[in-house]
Amino acid sequence: MNEALEPVALRAMLESMLLIRAYEEKAAAMQASGQAAGTCTSVGQEAAAVGVVAALGADDLILTNHRSAGHLLARGADPARLYAEVLGKSTGYCKGKSGSLHISAKELGVVLTSTIVGAELSLAAGVGLAASMQERDSVVACFFGDGAACEGSFHESLNLAAVWKLPILYVCENNQWQAFVHRRETMPMDQVSTWAAAHGMPVATVDGNDVEAVYRAAREGIAHIRATGEPYFLETYTYRQRGHYEPDDQGYVDKAELAAWLARDPIDRLQQNKQFSVVEIQTIQKRVAERIEAAWATAVAAPYPTHADLTADVYA
Amino acid sequence: MQNLTINDAIGQAIAEEMRRDPSVMMFGEGVATKRHELLNEFGARRIRNTPLAEGIIAGAAVGASTMGMRPVIDLLFAPFMTLAMDELVNSAGKLRYMSGGQFRFPLVAMAMTGTGWTVGAQHNHNLEAWFVHSPGLKVVMPSTAADFKGLMKSAIRDDNPVLFFIEMAMAYETGEVPEGEHLVPLGKAAVRRAGNDLTLISYGKSMRACETAASQLAEKGVFAEVIDLRSLKPLDEDAILASARKTGRVVVVHEANRMCGVGAEIAAILAEKAFDSLKAPVLRITSPDVPAPSSYPLELAFAPQADAIVAAAESLLAPTAMTSRPVLTANAG
Repeated sequence: MNEALEPVALRAMLESMLLIRAYEEKAAAMQASGQAAGTCTSVGQEAAAVGVVAALGADDLILTNHRSAGHLLARGADPARLYAEVLGKSTGYCKGKSGSLHISAKELGVVLTSTIVGAELSLAAGVGLAASMQERDSVVACFFGDGAACEGSFHESLNLAAVWKLPILYVCENNQWQAFVHRRETMPMDQVSTWAAAHGMPVATVDGNDVEAVYRAAREGIAHIRATGEPYFLETYTYRQRGHYEPDDQGYVDKAELAAWLARDPIDRLQQNKQFSVVEIQTIQKRVAERIEAAWATAVAAPYPTHADLTADVYA
Repeated sequence: MQNLTINDAIGQAIAEEMRRDPSVMMFGEGVATKRHELLNEFGARRIRNTPLAEGIIAGAAVGASTMGMRPVIDLLFAPFMTLAMDELVNSAGKLRYMSGGQFRFPLVAMAMTGTGWTVGAQHNHNLEAWFVHSPGLKVVMPSTAADFKGLMKSAIRDDNPVLFFIEMAMAYETGEVPEGEHLVPLGKAAVRRAGNDLTLISYGKSMRACETAASQLAEKGVFAEVIDLRSLKPLDEDAILASARKTGRVVVVHEANRMCGVGAEIAAILAEKAFDSLKAPVLRITSPDVPAPSSYPLELAFAPQADAIVAAAESLLAPTAMTSRPVLTANAG
């Protein structure tokens, strides 16, 4: 499993990570300049999202949370439709009914996004149950953080998935922060996988800032799920570089810790990979920047929902 | 017609729907243990026991329903639904709207409630109005064995999340139930007894107190119309308004606590839309603002009884009803 990835695959991962970074930084800048509401960015966690999503197949499903842009963009979401959602425009994936916090895109297999921390774990059990009942080959990837792991739904979900043998890839993005509280204040150990192992499923903790390592670990977990139909737990050990939401001055963050993690930035690390020339990286960065600017402009120009939309889509 | 317990009427409805639609399944606490006839017929994949963990039971139903299954879940006792509120209210009730209509949640969540078994306030809490107050959900609370079957079948076929409340004191009582295809639509009240003098509106077990009261009133020459709401959401406004416009006097009766209960909503609807027809204030006979007691005499004092309904009705028919609003005791509101 340790063979080098194809250059083309790595290049695609780099571009995906750069797109996520540029998307989030633009969103934060637009908040700072008063042109958009606040968002919860995933800056610093791009490798964790891209590595896992790259290992998923077309029929696999994703559940995510309030820090979802990375998962959506890695899955191929149109940044213009994501920005439209941030701005409450009718062209968003959720017709402007979500805002930035709970974007689902069923057409991409990103379902039931909830911002209630821990809900994704509860709902993933049902999505996995349906896949199992319908004898589909789908793996259900459920992204959540170390904060959600402290919710009761974490244990309820892992227990049910283990007992009912549900095809769920639990992906804990351990980003060290639970809103404004450091993980070390809320958990007795450093790794969430310790808890997961107690539920009787195979677990792995991987350097979440190394996209190749994340990809390989996810592929291994997915292979296990496809072979057995049973759940697998993958922890991507990473760091939330920005605040809980925008704006957040991060006055509560230990500067030395932040600096140490910035030195391990997942995008810098991948760019240092000798496979990429400076020109190549600049070309990708330029393409990404143009795409983000165009996406923002498209979203700004898009229409708002009409008053008639206020009462639409409550009941089926 | 067949004579079935309400519990068996529910079981028959689920069995018929499971035969008809392979996406229907059922899980919950002791489901496979207690409903062994369903387990025998449909097997352990479709009829499942679960851990005693209401949140994940409801979460599994929400997630499975949006991916094409039609789960029926048994959460046993209504107060335990507080442990599934995120899944039921924030997910099942909201994620269709918040996703711009991408998802639907055809699930049924059952729970028992009500006085009669002296189980106390952590097994008996008529919290149905909580869900009525939450967008995206439907709520039913039948009172006859036939309706339990017919509403369960309709709830399973509905593409929205339906909260299905069962009076535990009635679960093992028998009643006539139509065989085979018997569907009662959600959102339609039933007029159980016609009358011109006043209207009694109720649901669940309190329907009985209303029918007893109506019989007693009839012996005195007062003819009450008795409406069984059956569905609390959608609420059958047309049936409520039609009867109120006919009789001009309305008493709403339910076992749930008084403040912000379904009775408050009905009184508000009548004030807004039938004010000109009202000959007297709308009265509510409800439980007082206390947790459900356990001791049987206290249960009787807590729940609406026929004598209080008769007294309320007579007060509305008194010549001074509009000017001298009756003050009713806890039992009587």
